[in-house]
Amino acid sequence: MGPFVPDLISDQLNLVVALLLGIAFGFVLEQAGFSSSRRLAGVFYGYDFTVLRVFFTAAVTAMSGVLILGHFGMLDTDVIYVNPTWLLPGIVGGVIMGVGFIIGGYCPGTSVCAAAIGKVDAMFFVGGGLLGVYAFGELFPLYDKFYTSTSLGPVKVFDSLGMSQGLFTFLLIVMAVAAFAVTTIIEKRVDKESAPSLQFKPVKHAVVGSFAVLLGVIFIFMPDHKSGLIERVSGQAYAAVHPVQKMDADELAFRIVDHESNIRIIDIRSPLDFGLLSLPGSYNVQRNDLFGKDWVATFSRRHLKKVVVGDNEEDERTAYYLLHELGYENLAILRGGMGAFKRTILDSNVFVPTGSRWDGDVRDFRVNARTTILKMIAEAKNKPAKAIVKRKIQGGC
Amino acid sequence: MNIKYMNPYLAGFFLGLVLLATIFLTGRGLGASGAVKDLTIAISDAVAPRQTESNPFFGQYAGPGKENPLKSWLVFEIVGVLIGGFISGLVSDRLKVVTESGPRVKPKARWVFAAIGGALFGIGAQFTRGCTSGAALSGMAVLSTAGFIALLSIFGTGYLVAYFGRKLWI
Repeated sequence: MGPFVPDLISDQLNLVVALLLGIAFGFVLEQAGFSSSRRLAGVFYGYDFTVLRVFFTAAVTAMSGVLILGHFGMLDTDVIYVNPTWLLPGIVGGVIMGVGFIIGGYCPGTSVCAAAIGKVDAMFFVGGGLLGVYAFGELFPLYDKFYTSTSLGPVKVFDSLGMSQGLFTFLLIVMAVAAFAVTTIIEKRVDKESAPSLQFKPVKHAVVGSFAVLLGVIFIFMPDHKSGLIERVSGQAYAAVHPVQKMDADELAFRIVDHESNIRIIDIRSPLDFGLLSLPGSYNVQRNDLFGKDWVATFSRRHLKKVVVGDNEEDERTAYYLLHELGYENLAILRGGMGAFKRTILDSNVFVPTGSRWDGDVRDFRVNARTTILKMIAEAKNKPAKAIVKRKIQGGC
Repeated sequence: MNIKYMNPYLAGFFLGLVLLATIFLTGRGLGASGAVKDLTIAISDAVAPRQTESNPFFGQYAGPGKENPLKSWLVFEIVGVLIGGFISGLVSDRLKVVTESGPRVKPKARWVFAAIGGALFGIGAQFTRGCTSGAALSGMAVLSTAGFIALLSIFGTGYLVAYFGRKLWI
Protein backbone atom coordinates (compact mmCIF):
# COMPACT_ATOMS: atom_id res chain seq x y z
CA MET A 1 0.00 0.00 0.00
CA GLY A 2 1.34 3.40 -0.99
CA PRO A 3 2.80 5.82 -0.20
CA PHE A 4 6.24 4.23 0.16
CA VAL A 5 7.90 7.07 2.07
CA PRO A 6 9.42 6.63 4.63
CA ASP A 7 9.34 2.84 5.01
CA LEU A 8 10.26 1.56 1.55
CA ILE A 9 11.71 4.76 0.15
CA SER A 10 14.24 6.29 2.54
CA ASP A 11 14.80 10.04 2.80
CA GLN A 12 17.94 9.78 0.68
CA LEU A 13 16.34 7.63 -2.00
CA ASN A 14 13.37 10.00 -1.98
CA LEU A 15 15.63 12.73 -3.40
CA VAL A 16 16.54 10.46 -6.31
CA VAL A 17 12.85 9.73 -6.80
CA ALA A 18 12.25 13.51 -6.77
CA LEU A 19 14.82 14.00 -9.52
CA LEU A 20 13.27 11.27 -11.69
CA LEU A 21 9.72 12.51 -11.17
CA GLY A 22 10.95 16.04 -11.91
CA ILE A 23 12.40 14.87 -15.23
CA ALA A 24 9.04 13.38 -16.16
CA PHE A 25 7.28 16.55 -14.98
CA GLY A 26 9.56 18.82 -17.01
CA PHE A 27 9.34 16.63 -20.09
CA VAL A 28 5.54 16.60 -20.09
CA LEU A 29 5.31 20.35 -19.40
CA GLU A 30 7.56 21.09 -22.37
CA GLN A 31 5.75 18.66 -24.67
CA ALA A 32 2.46 20.28 -23.69
CA GLY A 33 3.75 23.66 -24.84
CA PHE A 34 4.09 25.16 -21.37
CA SER A 35 7.53 26.42 -22.28
CA SER A 36 5.93 29.20 -24.31
CA SER A 37 4.76 32.32 -22.49
CA ARG A 38 2.57 33.39 -25.40
CA ARG A 39 0.81 30.07 -25.26
CA LEU A 40 0.38 30.30 -21.50
CA ALA A 41 -0.97 33.85 -21.66
CA GLY A 42 -3.35 32.79 -24.42
CA VAL A 43 -5.67 31.26 -21.86
CA PHE A 44 -6.50 34.77 -20.64
CA TYR A 45 -7.10 36.23 -24.10
CA GLY A 46 -9.01 33.40 -25.74
CA TYR A 47 -6.56 32.62 -28.52
CA ASP A 48 -5.11 29.48 -26.93
CA PHE A 49 -6.74 27.40 -24.21
CA THR A 50 -3.97 24.81 -24.04
CA VAL A 51 -3.23 25.65 -20.40
CA LEU A 52 -6.80 25.03 -19.35
CA ARG A 53 -6.96 21.74 -21.24
CA VAL A 54 -3.70 20.39 -19.89
CA PHE A 55 -4.26 21.70 -16.38
CA PHE A 56 -7.78 20.40 -15.89
CA THR A 57 -7.09 17.06 -17.55
CA ALA A 58 -4.08 16.61 -15.28
CA ALA A 59 -6.02 17.58 -12.16
CA VAL A 60 -8.93 15.28 -12.99
CA THR A 61 -6.59 12.40 -13.88
CA ALA A 62 -4.57 12.66 -10.68
CA MET A 63 -7.68 13.22 -8.55
CA SER A 64 -9.45 10.20 -10.07
CA GLY A 65 -6.35 8.11 -9.62
CA VAL A 66 -6.09 9.03 -5.95
CA LEU A 67 -9.77 8.13 -5.44
CA ILE A 68 -9.47 4.83 -7.29
CA LEU A 69 -6.24 3.77 -5.55
CA GLY A 70 -7.78 4.78 -2.23
CA HIS A 71 -10.94 2.82 -2.96
CA PHE A 72 -9.02 -0.38 -3.60
CA GLY A 73 -6.87 0.13 -0.54
CA MET A 74 -3.70 0.61 -2.55
CA LEU A 75 -3.04 4.12 -1.28
CA ASP A 76 -3.49 5.25 2.31
CA THR A 77 -5.22 8.57 1.69
CA ASP A 78 -5.00 9.43 5.39
CA VAL A 79 -1.25 9.85 5.39
CA ILE A 80 -0.70 11.65 2.09
CA TYR A 81 -0.01 15.36 2.30
CA VAL A 82 -3.11 17.51 2.06
CA ASN A 83 -2.25 21.17 1.60
CA PRO A 84 -3.44 23.05 4.70
CA THR A 85 -5.63 26.07 4.13
CA TRP A 86 -4.84 29.59 5.27
CA LEU A 87 -7.91 31.24 3.83
CA LEU A 88 -7.07 34.95 3.55
CA PRO A 89 -3.33 34.63 2.93
CA GLY A 90 -4.18 31.98 0.33
CA ILE A 91 -6.49 34.33 -1.54
CA VAL A 92 -4.16 37.33 -1.29
CA GLY A 93 -1.24 35.24 -2.53
CA GLY A 94 -3.37 33.93 -5.39
CA VAL A 95 -4.34 37.46 -6.41
CA ILE A 96 -0.68 38.54 -6.41
CA MET A 97 0.22 35.49 -8.49
CA GLY A 98 -2.68 36.15 -10.89
CA VAL A 99 -1.27 39.62 -11.61
CA GLY A 100 2.17 38.07 -11.92
CA PHE A 101 0.85 35.61 -14.49
CA ILE A 102 -0.48 38.38 -16.76
CA ILE A 103 2.67 40.49 -16.45
CA GLY A 104 5.20 37.68 -16.49
CA GLY A 105 3.54 35.13 -18.75
CA TYR A 106 4.81 32.16 -16.75
CA CYS A 107 4.32 30.46 -13.44
CA PRO A 108 7.34 29.11 -11.53
CA GLY A 109 7.19 25.52 -12.85
CA THR A 110 6.72 26.51 -16.46
CA SER A 111 9.41 29.20 -16.25
CA VAL A 112 12.01 26.64 -15.20
CA CYS A 113 10.89 24.39 -18.03
CA ALA A 114 11.06 27.26 -20.54
CA ALA A 115 14.46 28.38 -19.26
CA ALA A 116 15.69 24.83 -19.89
CA ILE A 117 15.09 25.20 -23.64
CA GLY A 118 16.66 28.62 -23.83
CA LYS A 119 13.86 31.14 -23.31
CA VAL A 120 15.62 34.27 -22.03
CA ASP A 121 12.41 35.82 -20.69
CA ALA A 122 11.88 32.71 -18.58
CA MET A 123 15.35 33.11 -17.10
CA PHE A 124 14.43 36.66 -16.09
CA PHE A 125 11.21 35.30 -14.58
CA VAL A 126 13.17 32.82 -12.44
CA GLY A 127 15.56 35.59 -11.36
CA GLY A 128 12.59 37.76 -10.48
CA GLY A 129 11.20 34.90 -8.45
CA LEU A 130 14.35 34.77 -6.32
CA LEU A 131 14.09 38.53 -5.70
CA GLY A 132 10.41 38.16 -4.85
CA VAL A 133 11.03 35.51 -2.21
CA TYR A 134 13.87 37.62 -0.82
CA ALA A 135 11.65 40.69 -0.63
CA PHE A 136 8.93 38.67 1.05
CA GLY A 137 11.38 37.50 3.70
CA GLU A 138 12.85 40.95 4.30
CA LEU A 139 9.43 42.52 4.75
CA PHE A 140 8.07 39.55 6.71
CA PRO A 141 7.58 41.44 10.02
CA LEU A 142 5.03 43.68 8.25
CA TYR A 143 2.64 40.77 7.74
CA ASP A 144 3.81 37.92 9.95
CA LYS A 145 0.47 37.90 11.80
CA PHE A 146 -1.50 37.93 8.58
CA TYR A 147 0.69 35.15 7.16
CA THR A 148 -0.56 32.66 9.75
CA SER A 149 -4.09 34.03 10.10
CA THR A 150 -7.36 32.25 9.19
CA SER A 151 -5.73 28.84 9.45
CA LEU A 152 -8.21 26.05 8.75
CA GLY A 153 -5.79 23.11 8.67
CA PRO A 154 -5.77 20.41 5.99
CA VAL A 155 -9.46 20.68 5.12
CA LYS A 156 -10.93 18.94 2.10
CA VAL A 157 -12.88 20.94 -0.42
CA PHE A 158 -15.96 18.69 -0.41
CA ASP A 159 -16.21 19.08 3.38
CA SER A 160 -15.90 22.85 3.02
CA LEU A 161 -18.76 22.77 0.53
CA GLY A 162 -20.76 20.25 2.55
CA MET A 163 -21.08 17.53 -0.06
CA SER A 164 -19.75 14.02 -0.54
CA GLN A 165 -16.35 13.37 -2.08
CA GLY A 166 -17.89 11.45 -4.97
CA LEU A 167 -20.46 14.10 -5.82
CA PHE A 168 -17.84 16.84 -5.78
CA THR A 169 -15.56 14.89 -8.10
CA PHE A 170 -18.45 14.20 -10.45
CA LEU A 171 -19.39 17.90 -10.59
CA LEU A 172 -15.79 18.88 -11.18
CA ILE A 173 -15.45 16.44 -14.08
CA VAL A 174 -18.68 17.75 -15.61
CA MET A 175 -17.40 21.31 -15.23
CA ALA A 176 -14.07 20.40 -16.80
CA VAL A 177 -15.69 18.71 -19.80
CA ALA A 178 -18.10 21.64 -20.22
CA ALA A 179 -15.20 24.08 -20.01
CA PHE A 180 -13.33 22.12 -22.69
CA ALA A 181 -16.31 22.35 -25.03
CA VAL A 182 -17.03 26.04 -24.43
CA THR A 183 -13.41 27.16 -24.69
CA THR A 184 -13.00 25.28 -27.96
CA ILE A 185 -15.85 27.33 -29.42
CA ILE A 186 -14.38 30.59 -28.05
CA GLU A 187 -10.94 29.75 -29.37
CA LYS A 188 -12.21 29.13 -32.89
CA ARG A 189 -14.12 32.42 -32.87
CA VAL A 190 -11.18 34.48 -31.61
CA ASP A 191 -8.73 33.06 -34.08
CA LYS A 192 -10.26 31.33 -37.09
CA GLU A 193 -6.96 30.47 -38.77
CA SER A 194 -4.64 29.14 -36.13
CA ALA A 195 -6.71 28.10 -33.12
CA PRO A 196 -5.03 24.98 -31.71
CA SER A 197 -8.40 23.28 -31.38
CA LEU A 198 -8.92 23.28 -35.15
CA GLN A 199 -6.95 20.03 -35.30
CA PHE A 200 -9.32 18.24 -32.89
CA LYS A 201 -11.78 15.67 -34.18
CA PRO A 202 -15.09 16.56 -32.48
CA VAL A 203 -16.49 13.00 -32.43
CA LYS A 204 -13.42 11.54 -30.77
CA HIS A 205 -13.48 14.26 -28.13
CA ALA A 206 -17.17 13.79 -27.46
CA VAL A 207 -16.55 10.09 -26.83
CA VAL A 208 -13.68 10.72 -24.44
CA GLY A 209 -15.67 13.48 -22.72
CA SER A 210 -18.64 11.17 -22.18
CA PHE A 211 -16.34 8.53 -20.81
CA ALA A 212 -14.95 11.04 -18.29
CA VAL A 213 -18.46 12.00 -17.17
CA LEU A 214 -19.35 8.31 -16.83
CA LEU A 215 -16.32 7.86 -14.61
CA GLY A 216 -17.63 10.76 -12.53
CA VAL A 217 -20.98 9.01 -12.12
CA ILE A 218 -19.15 5.94 -10.80
CA PHE A 219 -17.38 8.15 -8.26
CA ILE A 220 -20.72 9.28 -6.82
CA PHE A 221 -21.53 5.71 -5.85
CA MET A 222 -18.04 4.58 -5.00
CA PRO A 223 -17.45 4.67 -1.26
CA ASP A 224 -13.92 5.22 -0.08
CA HIS A 225 -12.02 2.11 0.93
CA LYS A 226 -12.58 2.46 4.66
CA SER A 227 -16.30 3.13 4.77
CA GLY A 228 -16.80 0.47 2.09
CA LEU A 229 -14.97 -2.15 4.09
CA ILE A 230 -16.62 -1.23 7.37
CA GLU A 231 -20.01 -1.42 5.73
CA ARG A 232 -19.24 -4.82 4.23
CA VAL A 233 -18.05 -6.44 7.44
CA SER A 234 -20.92 -4.95 9.46
CA GLY A 235 -23.51 -6.72 7.33
CA GLN A 236 -25.40 -9.84 8.43
CA ALA A 237 -24.39 -11.70 5.29
CA TYR A 238 -20.74 -11.30 6.10
CA ALA A 239 -21.14 -12.40 9.72
CA ALA A 240 -23.11 -15.48 8.61
CA VAL A 241 -20.17 -16.97 6.75
CA HIS A 242 -17.37 -15.68 8.97
CA PRO A 243 -17.36 -17.23 12.43
CA VAL A 244 -15.30 -15.45 15.06
CA GLN A 245 -13.15 -17.02 17.70
CA LYS A 246 -14.18 -15.98 21.19
CA MET A 247 -12.08 -15.96 24.31
CA ASP A 248 -13.64 -16.24 27.76
CA ALA A 249 -12.91 -13.65 30.40
CA ASP A 250 -11.35 -16.42 32.49
CA GLU A 251 -8.94 -17.41 29.76
CA LEU A 252 -7.94 -13.80 29.11
CA ALA A 253 -7.48 -13.23 32.84
CA PHE A 254 -5.33 -16.36 33.06
CA ARG A 255 -3.12 -15.17 30.21
CA ILE A 256 -2.77 -11.73 31.74
CA VAL A 257 -1.90 -13.10 35.18
CA ASP A 258 0.53 -15.46 33.50
CA HIS A 259 2.26 -12.46 31.82
CA GLU A 260 1.95 -14.30 28.56
CA SER A 261 4.12 -12.59 25.97
CA ASN A 262 2.36 -13.91 22.88
CA ILE A 263 -0.81 -11.97 23.43
CA ARG A 264 -1.81 -8.50 22.25
CA ILE A 265 -4.94 -6.92 23.65
CA ILE A 266 -6.50 -4.44 21.23
CA ASP A 267 -8.91 -2.20 23.10
CA ILE A 268 -11.25 -0.45 20.67
CA ARG A 269 -13.21 1.49 23.29
CA SER A 270 -13.13 5.28 23.47
CA PRO A 271 -9.96 6.84 24.88
CA LEU A 272 -12.07 8.12 27.78
CA ASP A 273 -13.24 4.65 28.86
CA PHE A 274 -9.78 3.31 28.20
CA GLY A 275 -8.33 5.95 30.51
CA LEU A 276 -10.75 5.02 33.29
CA LEU A 277 -10.09 1.30 33.18
CA SER A 278 -8.01 -0.77 30.84
CA LEU A 279 -6.45 -4.19 30.88
CA PRO A 280 -2.72 -4.38 31.59
CA GLY A 281 -0.61 -4.09 28.46
CA SER A 282 -3.53 -3.35 26.19
CA TYR A 283 -3.38 -1.02 23.22
CA ASN A 284 -6.11 1.55 22.67
CA VAL A 285 -6.84 1.70 18.95
CA GLN A 286 -9.89 3.36 17.45
CA ARG A 287 -11.60 1.28 14.80
CA ASN A 288 -10.73 3.64 11.96
CA ASP A 289 -7.08 3.66 12.98
CA LEU A 290 -6.77 -0.07 12.36
CA PHE A 291 -6.26 0.76 8.68
CA GLY A 292 -2.91 1.85 7.46
CA LYS A 293 0.53 0.89 8.50
CA ASP A 294 0.72 2.40 11.99
CA TRP A 295 -0.06 -0.85 13.79
CA VAL A 296 1.50 -3.35 11.43
CA ALA A 297 4.72 -3.61 13.41
CA THR A 298 2.87 -4.19 16.67
CA PHE A 299 0.22 -6.65 15.56
CA SER A 300 1.32 -8.32 12.36
CA ARG A 301 3.26 -11.29 13.69
CA ARG A 302 1.23 -14.42 13.25
CA HIS A 303 2.12 -16.19 16.47
CA LEU A 304 0.72 -13.30 18.51
CA LYS A 305 -2.84 -13.84 19.65
CA LYS A 306 -4.75 -10.61 19.06
CA VAL A 307 -7.71 -10.23 21.41
CA VAL A 308 -10.18 -7.49 20.56
CA VAL A 309 -11.76 -5.87 23.60
CA GLY A 310 -14.73 -3.56 23.23
CA ASP A 311 -17.89 -2.37 24.92
CA ASN A 312 -19.90 -5.20 23.39
CA GLU A 313 -19.45 -8.19 21.14
CA GLU A 314 -20.88 -6.41 18.14
CA ASP A 315 -18.20 -3.70 18.15
CA GLU A 316 -15.58 -6.34 18.76
CA ARG A 317 -16.84 -8.41 15.87
CA THR A 318 -16.60 -5.51 13.39
CA ALA A 319 -13.04 -4.76 14.48
CA TYR A 320 -12.23 -8.48 14.28
CA TYR A 321 -13.52 -8.69 10.72
CA LEU A 322 -11.67 -5.53 9.75
CA LEU A 323 -8.42 -6.91 11.11
CA HIS A 324 -9.13 -10.14 9.27
CA GLU A 325 -9.75 -8.30 5.99
CA LEU A 326 -6.61 -6.24 6.53
CA GLY A 327 -4.63 -9.46 6.64
CA TYR A 328 -4.05 -9.95 10.37
CA GLU A 329 -4.28 -13.56 11.60
CA ASN A 330 -4.76 -15.36 14.91
CA LEU A 331 -7.55 -13.15 16.21
CA ALA A 332 -10.13 -13.49 18.95
CA ILE A 333 -12.75 -11.35 20.64
CA LEU A 334 -13.49 -11.16 24.33
CA ARG A 335 -16.73 -13.01 25.02
CA GLY A 336 -19.31 -10.59 26.37
CA GLY A 337 -17.05 -7.58 25.93
CA MET A 338 -15.34 -5.59 28.63
CA GLY A 339 -18.52 -5.70 30.73
CA ALA A 340 -18.28 -9.46 31.09
CA PHE A 341 -14.64 -9.20 32.11
CA LYS A 342 -15.50 -6.64 34.78
CA ARG A 343 -18.37 -8.75 36.09
CA THR A 344 -16.58 -12.08 36.26
CA ILE A 345 -13.06 -11.01 37.18
CA LEU A 346 -12.67 -7.46 38.38
CA ASP A 347 -15.79 -6.87 40.47
CA SER A 348 -15.92 -8.71 43.77
CA ASN A 349 -19.23 -10.38 42.96
CA VAL A 350 -20.18 -13.51 44.79
CA PHE A 351 -19.24 -16.55 42.72
CA VAL A 352 -22.28 -18.29 41.31
CA PRO A 353 -21.69 -22.07 41.28
CA THR A 354 -22.44 -23.74 37.96
CA GLY A 355 -22.57 -27.26 39.35
CA SER A 356 -19.31 -28.24 37.66
CA ARG A 357 -16.75 -30.15 39.68
CA TRP A 358 -14.21 -27.40 38.92
CA ASP A 359 -16.32 -24.72 40.65
CA GLY A 360 -13.98 -24.48 43.58
CA ASP A 361 -10.89 -24.03 41.40
CA VAL A 362 -12.61 -21.42 39.24
CA ARG A 363 -13.63 -19.44 42.32
CA ASP A 364 -10.12 -19.51 43.74
CA PHE A 365 -8.63 -18.57 40.39
CA ARG A 366 -10.95 -15.57 40.01
CA VAL A 367 -10.18 -14.28 43.48
CA ASN A 368 -6.47 -14.49 42.78
CA ALA A 369 -6.81 -13.06 39.31
CA ARG A 370 -8.76 -10.08 40.61
CA THR A 371 -6.07 -9.09 43.10
CA THR A 372 -3.25 -9.62 40.64
CA ILE A 373 -4.88 -7.82 37.72
CA LEU A 374 -6.08 -4.89 39.83
CA LYS A 375 -2.53 -4.56 41.10
CA MET A 376 -1.17 -4.67 37.55
CA ILE A 377 -3.66 -2.02 36.48
CA ALA A 378 -2.67 0.22 39.37
CA GLU A 379 1.01 -0.18 38.49
CA ALA A 380 0.33 0.54 34.84
CA LYS A 381 -1.43 3.78 35.75
CA ASN A 382 1.86 5.19 36.97
CA LYS A 383 3.58 4.43 33.69
CA PRO A 384 3.07 6.54 30.61
CA ALA A 385 0.57 5.03 28.21
CA LYS A 386 1.79 3.30 25.10
CA ALA A 387 1.30 5.55 22.17
CA ILE A 388 2.03 5.11 18.51
CA VAL A 389 2.97 8.24 16.64
CA LYS A 390 0.75 8.51 13.61
CA ARG A 391 2.56 8.77 10.32
CA LYS A 392 2.08 12.02 8.43
CA ILE A 393 3.99 13.02 5.37
CA GLN A 394 5.41 16.51 5.01
CA GLY A 395 5.02 18.26 1.72
CA GLY A 396 4.13 21.52 0.11
CA CYS A 397 6.16 24.32 -1.34
CA MET B 1 11.71 23.66 -37.37
CA ASN B 2 9.24 23.33 -34.54
CA ILE B 3 7.72 19.93 -34.04
CA LYS B 4 4.06 20.24 -33.09
CA TYR B 5 3.19 20.15 -29.40
CA MET B 6 1.47 17.15 -27.94
CA ASN B 7 -2.32 16.98 -27.91
CA PRO B 8 -3.17 18.98 -24.76
CA TYR B 9 -5.55 16.38 -23.37
CA LEU B 10 -2.99 13.64 -23.84
CA ALA B 11 -0.32 15.86 -22.27
CA GLY B 12 -2.70 16.60 -19.40
CA PHE B 13 -3.33 12.91 -18.93
CA PHE B 14 0.40 12.20 -18.76
CA LEU B 15 0.93 15.15 -16.42
CA GLY B 16 -1.83 13.74 -14.21
CA LEU B 17 -0.14 10.34 -14.23
CA VAL B 18 3.19 11.89 -13.21
CA LEU B 19 1.44 13.68 -10.35
CA LEU B 20 -0.41 10.51 -9.36
CA ALA B 21 2.85 8.55 -9.38
CA THR B 22 4.36 11.24 -7.16
CA ILE B 23 1.53 11.00 -4.66
CA PHE B 24 1.49 7.21 -4.80
CA LEU B 25 5.24 6.83 -4.28
CA THR B 26 6.07 9.69 -1.96
CA GLY B 27 2.75 10.80 -0.46
CA ARG B 28 3.28 14.41 -1.55
CA GLY B 29 2.63 16.42 -4.68
CA LEU B 30 4.76 18.22 -7.23
CA GLY B 31 5.85 21.82 -6.78
CA ALA B 32 8.04 24.59 -8.05
CA SER B 33 7.96 27.75 -5.96
CA GLY B 34 9.29 25.86 -2.94
CA ALA B 35 12.50 25.21 -4.84
CA VAL B 36 12.80 28.91 -5.69
CA LYS B 37 12.36 29.67 -1.99
CA ASP B 38 15.02 27.10 -1.02
CA LEU B 39 17.44 28.53 -3.56
CA THR B 40 16.80 32.08 -2.33
CA ILE B 41 17.44 31.05 1.26
CA ALA B 42 20.58 29.14 0.30
CA ILE B 43 21.99 32.15 -1.58
CA SER B 44 21.03 34.53 1.20
CA ASP B 45 22.55 32.21 3.79
CA ALA B 46 25.78 31.95 1.83
CA VAL B 47 26.11 35.74 1.38
CA ALA B 48 24.87 36.94 4.75
CA PRO B 49 24.40 34.06 7.18
CA ARG B 50 23.80 36.23 10.25
CA GLN B 51 21.04 38.30 8.73
CA THR B 52 19.44 35.26 7.11
CA GLU B 53 19.28 33.28 10.31
CA SER B 54 17.94 36.18 12.34
CA ASN B 55 15.24 36.90 9.77
CA PRO B 56 11.98 35.57 11.21
CA PHE B 57 10.92 34.02 7.89
CA PHE B 58 14.22 32.66 6.53
CA GLY B 59 15.33 31.69 10.03
CA GLN B 60 12.78 28.87 10.02
CA TYR B 61 14.69 27.21 7.20
CA ALA B 62 18.34 28.18 7.69
CA GLY B 63 20.76 28.08 10.54
CA PRO B 64 22.80 25.73 12.68
CA GLY B 65 21.34 22.26 13.02
CA LYS B 66 19.10 22.73 10.00
CA GLU B 67 19.49 20.75 6.82
CA ASN B 68 21.00 22.63 3.90
CA PRO B 69 18.02 24.26 2.14
CA LEU B 70 19.29 22.90 -1.18
CA LYS B 71 18.96 19.33 0.05
CA SER B 72 15.21 19.46 -0.31
CA TRP B 73 12.78 17.33 -2.24
CA LEU B 74 11.62 20.22 -4.40
CA VAL B 75 15.13 21.35 -5.33
CA PHE B 76 15.92 17.87 -6.63
CA GLU B 77 12.57 17.77 -8.40
CA ILE B 78 13.14 21.14 -10.06
CA VAL B 79 16.61 20.09 -11.24
CA GLY B 80 14.73 17.18 -12.81
CA VAL B 81 12.32 19.64 -14.47
CA LEU B 82 15.32 21.43 -16.01
CA ILE B 83 16.68 18.15 -17.32
CA GLY B 84 13.28 16.88 -18.48
CA GLY B 85 12.44 20.16 -20.21
CA PHE B 86 15.82 20.16 -21.92
CA ILE B 87 15.39 16.56 -23.14
CA SER B 88 11.95 17.39 -24.48
CA GLY B 89 13.29 20.47 -26.25
CA LEU B 90 16.09 18.34 -27.69
CA VAL B 91 13.88 15.58 -29.07
CA SER B 92 11.32 18.07 -30.42
CA ASP B 93 13.98 20.37 -31.84
CA ARG B 94 12.97 23.42 -29.84
CA LEU B 95 16.28 24.28 -28.17
CA LYS B 96 16.97 27.89 -29.04
CA VAL B 97 18.10 30.94 -27.11
CA VAL B 98 15.27 33.33 -27.77
CA THR B 99 13.06 35.88 -26.06
CA GLU B 100 9.40 35.31 -26.57
CA SER B 101 7.01 38.22 -26.28
CA GLY B 102 3.74 39.62 -27.51
CA PRO B 103 3.74 41.35 -30.94
CA ARG B 104 4.02 44.86 -29.48
CA VAL B 105 6.63 44.23 -26.80
CA LYS B 106 10.37 44.71 -27.35
CA PRO B 107 12.66 41.98 -25.90
CA LYS B 108 14.24 44.25 -23.25
CA ALA B 109 10.84 45.38 -22.02
CA ARG B 110 9.75 41.75 -21.99
CA TRP B 111 12.68 40.88 -19.71
CA VAL B 112 11.63 43.54 -17.24
CA PHE B 113 8.00 42.39 -17.26
CA ALA B 114 9.04 38.75 -16.89
CA ALA B 115 11.19 39.62 -13.88
CA ILE B 116 8.32 41.61 -12.30
CA GLY B 117 5.94 38.71 -12.91
CA GLY B 118 8.45 36.31 -11.38
CA ALA B 119 8.85 38.54 -8.33
CA LEU B 120 5.08 38.71 -7.86
CA PHE B 121 4.95 34.91 -8.03
CA GLY B 122 7.80 34.73 -5.53
CA ILE B 123 5.83 36.87 -3.09
CA GLY B 124 2.39 35.43 -3.74
CA ALA B 125 3.53 31.82 -3.50
CA GLN B 126 4.72 32.43 0.07
CA PHE B 127 1.29 33.66 1.18
CA THR B 128 -0.49 30.82 -0.62
CA ARG B 129 2.17 28.25 0.40
CA GLY B 130 2.66 27.21 -3.17
CA CYS B 131 2.18 28.24 -6.76
CA THR B 132 0.25 26.86 -9.70
CA SER B 133 2.00 23.49 -9.33
CA GLY B 134 2.39 22.98 -5.60
CA ALA B 135 -0.76 24.69 -4.38
CA ALA B 136 -3.26 24.62 -7.25
CA LEU B 137 -2.51 21.44 -9.22
CA SER B 138 -1.19 19.21 -6.43
CA GLY B 139 -3.69 20.67 -3.98
CA MET B 140 -6.59 19.90 -6.31
CA ALA B 141 -5.40 16.33 -6.85
CA VAL B 142 -5.83 15.58 -3.13
CA LEU B 143 -9.07 17.62 -3.05
CA SER B 144 -7.69 20.13 -0.57
CA THR B 145 -9.62 23.35 -0.10
CA ALA B 146 -6.32 25.24 -0.35
CA GLY B 147 -5.79 23.90 -3.87
CA PHE B 148 -9.12 25.16 -5.16
CA ILE B 149 -8.66 28.54 -3.48
CA ALA B 150 -5.28 28.86 -5.17
CA LEU B 151 -6.75 27.88 -8.55
CA LEU B 152 -9.67 30.30 -8.35
CA SER B 153 -7.66 33.22 -7.01
CA ILE B 154 -4.78 32.86 -9.49
CA PHE B 155 -6.84 32.33 -12.62
CA GLY B 156 -9.76 34.50 -11.46
CA THR B 157 -7.39 37.42 -10.94
CA GLY B 158 -5.71 36.64 -14.24
CA TYR B 159 -9.00 37.08 -16.07
CA LEU B 160 -9.90 40.21 -14.08
CA VAL B 161 -6.67 42.00 -14.90
CA ALA B 162 -6.15 40.50 -18.37
CA TYR B 163 -7.73 43.57 -19.97
CA PHE B 164 -5.10 45.86 -18.48
CA GLY B 165 -2.28 43.65 -19.65
CA ARG B 166 -3.62 43.05 -23.15
CA LYS B 167 -0.95 45.15 -24.85
CA LEU B 168 1.65 42.77 -23.53
CA TRP B 169 0.19 39.81 -25.39
CA ILE B 170 -2.15 40.75 -28.25
